[in-house]
Amino acid sequence: MLRYLLLIAAFAGLVVVFSIGLQRDPSELPSPYIGNPAPVFDLPTLADPERRFANATLAGQVSLVNVWATWCVGCRQEHGFLMELARSGRIPIYGINWRDNRADALRWLTQYGDPYVMSGFDGDGRAGIDWGVYGAPETFLVNGEGRVLYRHTGPLDPAVWQADFEPLLAASGGEQ
Amino acid sequence: MMRVLASTVLACLIAAAPAVAIDTEPAFEDPGLQARYETIIAEVRCLKCQNQSIKDSNAFLAADLRREIRRLLSEGKTDAEVYAFLVDRYGEFALYRPPLTGKTLVLWLAPGILLLVGAGVLIRVLRRRTALPIDDEEAAGT
Repeated sequence: MLRYLLLIAAFAGLVVVFSIGLQRDPSELPSPYIGNPAPVFDLPTLADPERRFANATLAGQVSLVNVWATWCVGCRQEHGFLMELARSGRIPIYGINWRDNRADALRWLTQYGDPYVMSGFDGDGRAGIDWGVYGAPETFLVNGEGRVLYRHTGPLDPAVWQADFEPLLAASGGEQ
Repeated sequence: MMRVLASTVLACLIAAAPAVAIDTEPAFEDPGLQARYETIIAEVRCLKCQNQSIKDSNAFLAADLRREIRRLLSEGKTDAEVYAFLVDRYGEFALYRPPLTGKTLVLWLAPGILLLVGAGVLIRVLRRRTALPIDDEEAAGT
């Protein structure tokens, strides 16, 4: 009798482990920056190589840092939502144009609209590596002290925004 | 004769393929440094293509990471510093052999524990089986 109970308990354990484990997306990795200061970065802006997009740009406000590129399908997918978010004035959005070509990137913004306060140009991908980016699009929520509160990989959409970003934004002082 | 020549050339090309690798940049001049570089890139996971090391991957992220590792090594960084650079940015998942810490304890110990459990079960089953009377032959004979 006991051995059957043991077997059933073991089976139930496996069911629990798998039902949690199999629902996780193994391609989604936790960022070591969550809760920690964002990496030090200093990039020329996309629009004007003379101007800089750096840590100081983000200071004193809760903001989004969105890693994007023109070759990235997911970026095209989330672009409409980013435009909507930018129009709502809910939060300033900054871009890191990752491993892209300046002319293509500028054309993209002209063609589809520019949701970004500014975009940094990271042509060789070094800033991307410093941010721990492994695939665009990625979106970081950064608070006024420059700490990363959250990182989302993959396209943003209203559901993700409501579920993952909005609560953190409300908690970090951004009013609803 | 032509055929022998052609197949020899082909064999040489195939044999040479791994030596060419994916790096477009020249090897380090110092063979010791090159050896360390080769060891490190085989230990680092390509985050984009998770079941390849950055040594085997053609993804541009892997190429970027190789470039950064070359830069760090040529700046005289130690292996530990290079690994720390990657872990700081991508977490311990970037390493195929993460250090033994509280978080990775289960990962390191689970195979041994499972092996012991399996061996225990096997021994019990075998003991019980040998204790049973052997009547298969009789059953087969009738």
